[in-house]
Amino acid sequence: MSFAWAKPYEPKAPLMRWLDERLPLPRLVYGAVGGGYPVPRNLNYWWNFGVLAGLFLMIQIVTGIVLAMWYYASADGAFNSVEHIMRDVNSGWAIRYIHMNGASFFFIVTYIHIFRGLYYGSYKAPRELVWMLGLVIYLLMMATAFMGYVLPWGQMSYWGAQVITGFFSAFPLVGEPIRVWLLGGYAPDQAALTRFFSLHYLLPFVIAAVVILHIWALHIPGSSNPTGVDVKDEKDTLPFHPFYTAKDGWAAAAFLTVFAAVVYFAPNYMGHPDNYIPANPLATPAHIVPEWYFWPFYAILRAFTVDFILPAKLWGVLAMFGSILLLFFLPWLDKSPVRSGSYRPVFKRFFWLLVADVAILGFCGGAPATPLYVGISQLAAAYYFAHFLIILPLVSALERPLPLPDSISSSVLHGEKKEAAPAGISPRRGATAIAE
Amino acid sequence: MLRFILGFIGAVFSVVLLISFFGNVSTYLTSPPPPSAEEEFHLHPKPLHLASDGLLGKFDQQQLQRGFQVYKEVCSACHSLNQVAFHDLEGLGYNEAEIKAIANQWQTEVPTVNPETGEASTRKALTSDKFPSPYANETAARAANNNALPPDLSLMTKARHGGAAYVHSILTGYRNQAGYKNEKGVELLKEFPTAKTPNGLHFNPYFANLNLAMPPPLTSEGQVVYAPGNPKPTVDQMATDVSAFLVWTAEPKLAKRHAAGLWAVLFLLVATVLGYFAYRNIWYGEKAVVRPTGALDPKNQVKARSAKRKAGIDG
Repeated sequence: MSFAWAKPYEPKAPLMRWLDERLPLPRLVYGAVGGGYPVPRNLNYWWNFGVLAGLFLMIQIVTGIVLAMWYYASADGAFNSVEHIMRDVNSGWAIRYIHMNGASFFFIVTYIHIFRGLYYGSYKAPRELVWMLGLVIYLLMMATAFMGYVLPWGQMSYWGAQVITGFFSAFPLVGEPIRVWLLGGYAPDQAALTRFFSLHYLLPFVIAAVVILHIWALHIPGSSNPTGVDVKDEKDTLPFHPFYTAKDGWAAAAFLTVFAAVVYFAPNYMGHPDNYIPANPLATPAHIVPEWYFWPFYAILRAFTVDFILPAKLWGVLAMFGSILLLFFLPWLDKSPVRSGSYRPVFKRFFWLLVADVAILGFCGGAPATPLYVGISQLAAAYYFAHFLIILPLVSALERPLPLPDSISSSVLHGEKKEAAPAGISPRRGATAIAE
Repeated sequence: MLRFILGFIGAVFSVVLLISFFGNVSTYLTSPPPPSAEEEFHLHPKPLHLASDGLLGKFDQQQLQRGFQVYKEVCSACHSLNQVAFHDLEGLGYNEAEIKAIANQWQTEVPTVNPETGEASTRKALTSDKFPSPYANETAARAANNNALPPDLSLMTKARHGGAAYVHSILTGYRNQAGYKNEKGVELLKEFPTAKTPNGLHFNPYFANLNLAMPPPLTSEGQVVYAPGNPKPTVDQMATDVSAFLVWTAEPKLAKRHAAGLWAVLFLLVATVLGYFAYRNIWYGEKAVVRPTGALDPKNQVKARSAKRKAGIDG
């Protein structure tokens, strides 16, 4: 466990003691839910999004299992089976809208979670593996979401599958055979639909397994915190339960309120109308766009328009994959020993520039491929690569960070409200801190 | 070393993107894309207000029944409604006997197999049947419609940008192309002589490419005769009613969803408030703010720092 004062599991009830001696299941559950897990006391609300992501994974798995009881993975029947769920299955419309919007909200909380990690340097030692496992989860999420979007077999499902599997054909020689092998045919059809359904059911459980590794790896060094200063002693931390369960609980209820409002009052807002047209291999939609959470990457893909040594399409595909893979190297690209962006004035500016850059890429990726939007995404994509691979290493070498607080509790005591969720500490603890 | 390799890769991507960018800009400047008739003359749907709009909107059953009548007497000649069953008409306020009569008298029969000879045959619709399609198959539909395929209408208001407003605008948006001008006063055929609507198509600026295969379906007031007590069946009224009906066919559970949503959001709001107070209660002892005094007061720290700087002491 993380810190010396983390409380190991001590069974209280005789039944639990009996069970724990034979099969340490209670111990495992205790550890997994964060019982006795000391957490820095100054976490702000950006730290709630990890738990929220776990919550949305659960929502997706539960609603998905129910939908699979009614869904029929057939090129002739898939579209109608979804409409049957929407019209005739009891509360089917609610389950399906929760699943459909749950995917979007899963990505919203995950993107906030990732950008929180980027700002507060959560990828730095000793949490490199936490970061990399998180990226593995993100890649699995993208694959799952893509395959899930294909299942209703609407126009965007079909043509999205066509475009995305078409990426592989950009690679010379091996590309086209790989594409045909993955699809089980020359174009998306029954074989592709059935395997996508099979994998769409499998991958969430793989995600859940990697989430366990992600949390396990996190519990070794313990959570980071807004100052980025290491935890020094017990008064820097609070037990996860009840303090953070209470904080996560009310934040989850607040976020679910927003989620419910979208599910019940604007369920198709984030979808594309074309997906209510049954798939037609003979009619290409005017604008093929993926779901909104892929737009930044779609913009990067479309930004390469010149055959410079390699064909433009291959450049686009390499850059699109590269734009995610480079994040795996982040712990070694940013060598600054200071974790938190709050104490890194130059880094902080570039960070917000990156946020704006990704938002611009997202906007351009969803817009039609006119010269204006392609031009903007070319500049924005150039900045994206320059930011991570050139600017970040230079900034971390050249920047002079601000002085760090001595410890978490002293930063809290100094009234650094911006970094500290609890704006102060208790009189009892405060008195000892001052006395020291 | 790793950082040099990655930095090099980053530089290569950025440079190729900048080359693409300048290529893009120079192409745009040397040969700008020509303006298109679609870009300058396509209109967004006119606003349409229905009882089902808004957070707590419900269907106006009277209006849905009128819209169903328009579908039955006009649209159903060419357009199928294959996601909707006759018994779903309960949602429009019809009773069982009325629905039975509607199914029994429906103009198209349901394909079946003659139980004695095994030959293909048709029978009268039952209430459990989906609305039968007016054509036997796609080929028949295309053959009867100048090679255009009339789309199924079940999901039409969810499958188009603009939804019901789009349907209403298409139905009322047919114009005479000769002399047609946009809001800026530009005449379409003078600006784009090649954009003349081909034979067999119909000019409609609300349609994406301005030319629609469907001839104007609603042409004159009173084309559908409404029962007494209903509004006058003007073209606009009939188009509005059938659009409202198609909102219902696309999402028959809409009113139920709105009602359930109100309770779901209220429940979660209460949970949020209770959760918030539970959180404040649990954190009470840890949240009390101590005003730092003496050397730890930020004001004194600033003073101390400037005094140190003056005295030439580092740190």
